[in-house]
Amino acid sequence: MSAGADRRPSKAEIWLLGAAGLATFFGLWAAVSGFGLVSPRFLPSPAAVAARAFFLLDHPFAGASLPVHVLSSLGRYALGFLLAACIGVPLGLLMGWYRLLDDMVTPIFDALRFIAPIAWVPFAALWFGTGIGGPIMVIFAGAFPPCLINAYRGARFVDIKFLEAARTLGASNLRIILEVLLPASVPSIVSGLRVGAGLGWQSLVGAELIVASSGVGYMMVQGQSAVSTTTVVSGMIAIGIVGYLVDLMLRKLQAVTQRRRGLA
Amino acid sequence: MHSLLLGFITPFPDSQEDSPLRRSRRRVLVGCCTGLALFAIWTITTTITSLVSPGRFPSPPDVWAAARQIVVVGYADDKLWQHALHSLRLVLMGFAVAVAIGLPLGIWMGAYRRLDAFVTPVFSILRPIPPLAWIPLAILWLGLGDAAKIMVIFFAAFVPSVINSHAGVRTIEPHLIEASRTLGVRGFAHIREVLVPGAMPMIFTGLRLSLQASWTTLVAAELVGALAGLGRVLNVAQQDIYPAMILVAMASVALLGWGTTRLLDVVESRAMPWIAARA
Repeated sequence: MSAGADRRPSKAEIWLLGAAGLATFFGLWAAVSGFGLVSPRFLPSPAAVAARAFFLLDHPFAGASLPVHVLSSLGRYALGFLLAACIGVPLGLLMGWYRLLDDMVTPIFDALRFIAPIAWVPFAALWFGTGIGGPIMVIFAGAFPPCLINAYRGARFVDIKFLEAARTLGASNLRIILEVLLPASVPSIVSGLRVGAGLGWQSLVGAELIVASSGVGYMMVQGQSAVSTTTVVSGMIAIGIVGYLVDLMLRKLQAVTQRRRGLA
Repeated sequence: MHSLLLGFITPFPDSQEDSPLRRSRRRVLVGCCTGLALFAIWTITTTITSLVSPGRFPSPPDVWAAARQIVVVGYADDKLWQHALHSLRLVLMGFAVAVAIGLPLGIWMGAYRRLDAFVTPVFSILRPIPPLAWIPLAILWLGLGDAAKIMVIFFAAFVPSVINSHAGVRTIEPHLIEASRTLGVRGFAHIREVLVPGAMPMIFTGLRLSLQASWTTLVAAELVGALAGLGRVLNVAQQDIYPAMILVAMASVALLGWGTTRLLDVVESRAMPWIAARA
């Protein structure tokens, strides 16, 4: 380690190094599959995967084309995530205000927290079937805890001066929750939504791998049983892109709320 | 007694005299009451009134019988401790490999911005793919055995350990790094004495996330297909429509997850006595 080894690299240098990194990654991938080191059924070349992904855009596999699978996954995801946010955020705020509710819910929540969302799959299938209800419940199980915890933390860490002022001025409990706790916790709630969205998306993929009859996860499982590695990798790419876009949207929202609050 | 009752219904903030002792006593009391009430509701709805059909949610005696069955006789080819041990071993192996590679890489990336610039783009195109999405590929590559599970757990645990150790090194005060350089600390000593201790709090945050991700991924991988383990118990119980056994398996997974997290807490307080002393 020579002195000054960590001199901050210039923009151009960062760009070049990044390009070199990507080139190395795809070059290695192409070399390993291209020179026949492993069979294409094991690791298809990047070109084969790209061709397959474009083919799937308008040709059905496992009952539907890739965009249709993505849409059906997204529909379930939106429902499950909305449900988690609509229950988790209000409950978190109420727990942050009413002590009794806090003392009642926290132990149950702590006990359930260690159950991985995916472990709800058998009950979800038993209670709500494998169509749309089961996966929604699993997404809910993934997205709910961060929504609740962050709303609760946001409400608990509100500056006590605001609460005392609101109370002195005679605000009712409802008004305090809606007009003091909620606005003050928005940055925390939005970060909770972002974490929840990620966990929910991941749970959706898991649920679709196990119980579902459509969706990207289902397509990947069918691709796996047909030993079509290109289909599996295409599914992974689609999942990655959608997950990235969802996160990007929430990151923008987070930046906006933090800027308004003067936090960033 | 009156003030105790009042404490239940009055909202935060604790403006009236509310000693921490009284508060914690109330917490325990309310927690126990809630637990008992839930248990009573569970018993009444499943056994006495059969409001909830036993095919949907098991009654307490059913769960007890299922727990006895899997502990004493065995279920899905093995007894409970064999399934639990199998799952625990896979999680620990995947986690250990991921941490053994992820931590040094993260610290190295944090220390050398050039390596960071080289690796980050590749990392950021792989990162949005959730670890669970690797399961079908892992099965194609390695089959339904243990190796596929370890690979998937590795992917799940690797990302948080790299990201957090990297961020940990970056949060170290530049003065400390400059001071260490000026005083001529080089190479391994610099890493051991400055980078690792400075990044330690973030490293443990990463380990905690990694461990959690490892359990989630293991359960998913075993549900998709496995020859042994708690995920297989869940899977077989689902196919047999045996809700009591599903509940037992879920509880076992949660207990193991809790146990390993507690273990990590102990390691953390041993590794960072200065944090414990401050709190």
